[in-house]
Amino acid sequence: MFEAILLTVATAATPLLIAALGELVVERSGVLNLGVEGMMIMGAVCGFVVAQTTGSAWVGMGAAILAGAAFSLLFGFLTLTLVTNQVATGLALTLLGLGASAMIGESFVGLPGVKMESLYIAGLTDIPYVGKLLFGQDPIFYISILLTIAVVWFLFRTRAGLTLRAVGDNHTSAHALGVPVVRIRYLAVLFGGACAGLAGGQLSLVYVPQWVENMTAGRGWIALALVVFASWRPWRILAGAYLFGAVSIGQLHAQALGIGIPSQFMSSLPYLATIVVLVLISRNKRLTLMNTPTSLGKPFVPDR
Amino acid sequence: MKKLMMALTVAASFALAGAAHAEDKLKVGFIYIGPPGDFGWTYQHDQGRKQLEKELGDKVETTFLENVPEGADAERAIERLARAGNQLIFTTSFGYMDATNKVAQKFPKVKFEHATGYKTAENVAVYNSRFYEGRYVQGVIAAKMSKTGVAGYIGSFPIPEVVQGINSFMLGAQSVNPNFKIKVIWANSWFDPAKEADAAKALVDQGVDIITQHTDSTAPMQVASERKIKAFGQASDMIKFGPETQLTSIVDNWGPYYIERAKAVLDGTWKSHNVFEGMHEGLVVMAPYTNMPDDVKKLAEETQAKITSGELKPFTGPIKKQDGSEWLKVGETADDKTILSMNFYVAGVDDQLPK
Repeated sequence: MFEAILLTVATAATPLLIAALGELVVERSGVLNLGVEGMMIMGAVCGFVVAQTTGSAWVGMGAAILAGAAFSLLFGFLTLTLVTNQVATGLALTLLGLGASAMIGESFVGLPGVKMESLYIAGLTDIPYVGKLLFGQDPIFYISILLTIAVVWFLFRTRAGLTLRAVGDNHTSAHALGVPVVRIRYLAVLFGGACAGLAGGQLSLVYVPQWVENMTAGRGWIALALVVFASWRPWRILAGAYLFGAVSIGQLHAQALGIGIPSQFMSSLPYLATIVVLVLISRNKRLTLMNTPTSLGKPFVPDR
Repeated sequence: MKKLMMALTVAASFALAGAAHAEDKLKVGFIYIGPPGDFGWTYQHDQGRKQLEKELGDKVETTFLENVPEGADAERAIERLARAGNQLIFTTSFGYMDATNKVAQKFPKVKFEHATGYKTAENVAVYNSRFYEGRYVQGVIAAKMSKTGVAGYIGSFPIPEVVQGINSFMLGAQSVNPNFKIKVIWANSWFDPAKEADAAKALVDQGVDIITQHTDSTAPMQVASERKIKAFGQASDMIKFGPETQLTSIVDNWGPYYIERAKAVLDGTWKSHNVFEGMHEGLVVMAPYTNMPDDVKKLAEETQAKITSGELKPFTGPIKKQDGSEWLKVGETADDKTILSMNFYVAGVDDQLPK
């Protein structure tokens, strides 16, 4: 049973992890995109529709990524080229996403979806206790772990990552040094959109293989909060996402066991626990300040 | 943040609601808690709305606001519908009760109909459905079909409507197997497919082999189907999500009521009332009995027929409360007031009711 619980936790944590990693890169470049929920739901609907039409969950997942990225491009054009307010534009993106996805998916409501198959390696997957955890999960789980490693490596071990962080810390100086601020931010926003789209695809093709309006149910906002509470550090996002997943699943099990704690409290527990733990581990003020992108949310207009 | 987003959505819908304007028609407004595409609760209300439009044609014009959260936003949304000239407004969730009554005071000429509540006024009628009658039939089926003798119940919020269902399900099951058990998980949400799926998985991992839900998405049905156990649908026929899984489903059939009430407004005979209708009146319909042996199907049909004719009332004594105290004596039936404000479990439910 323990293994089954862990498997459920991984499924619950994966979309949060992927979406939060994408947003982390966006925010590290100095852009605040509050449209995660909107991009995620666009990914969910496009992924589902394409998978349903082509019959392939993989093609659907590709469509989810593209949809998220395309949708984020709209945000990029508005905030980076036209220099609109990032907060307002992000909110608008979420609203637009929720509405547009409902429209796109209208004729697909109530159709049983295509589910992405979990991995199966004869021999390895059948190992008791750990086989399914290590070798029997859905492909997106493995992608999410690889993605975490890749983001850490990129941000802190490559020159491009350093440049991206520099842009997020002080876009004026970066610009003075000849760094193409707007282009880097465009790429970051696109990456964030692709991740949010993938997270949405995971929801509609792995987690609950169906399409219903509003199926993200606020997960984009949780991902956004994770980025801040993890003080913009990828490993902490991984920890935060899994903690959130573990407590949400744990509280359901506690309820089913009939432990007499009010369910309203239990439902708020994942939020409380995640915030408390992440605040506790970010107590070191200097370190937190060092990791906060100073230019976050500030508009940038290159002087000629 | 989410609140703000909702408010903006609602505001955007208002603009649309205001734009549609026609004079001599009866304007009927609906407030939905979820999206019409939830394939559950709101879907069925929307089906009712469509039936109303079909039946009365160009005599009526309907508008709806979807995804309206319970609470302060609800009040604004209802008021907006009233201002837009709707003369009959259906508010379709328990949590809209106080908001509906507040707005009704400001608009004495507008008729309000609140679903599943208990507060009425001169211009506020209450309509409710005896879903619990269907739950009783489900309980009977569950006890017949379950091998482990344990069913899982996914609840939304601990309000009377849901508690009635749990108790009735339990009583139905006990009529077949006195030792039947149910495990309850409260999702604290009407609609969150992923969370409902997680709840279903948790229940299966803890050994239940039948799942019933009082939340609005089809996700638990899908999980049950994946894990190869049986489940009951909720609010609408969910057979598509579990062709080999769904035993039956309680289908909320609101259309006839909406047509009747709109006609009453057109004739000028509308009066406030508090109705509580079920299988007998056709508000509660059962989806076909599937995936069960013939003898279970026969028993289910018999039980349904008895409830429809009024011969069997689910809340008929002897019934003990969870703490062992006596609730109903032999042959005594619960009155509607007690049923509508039910806030306790009957004996045998293995859960503590959240207060």
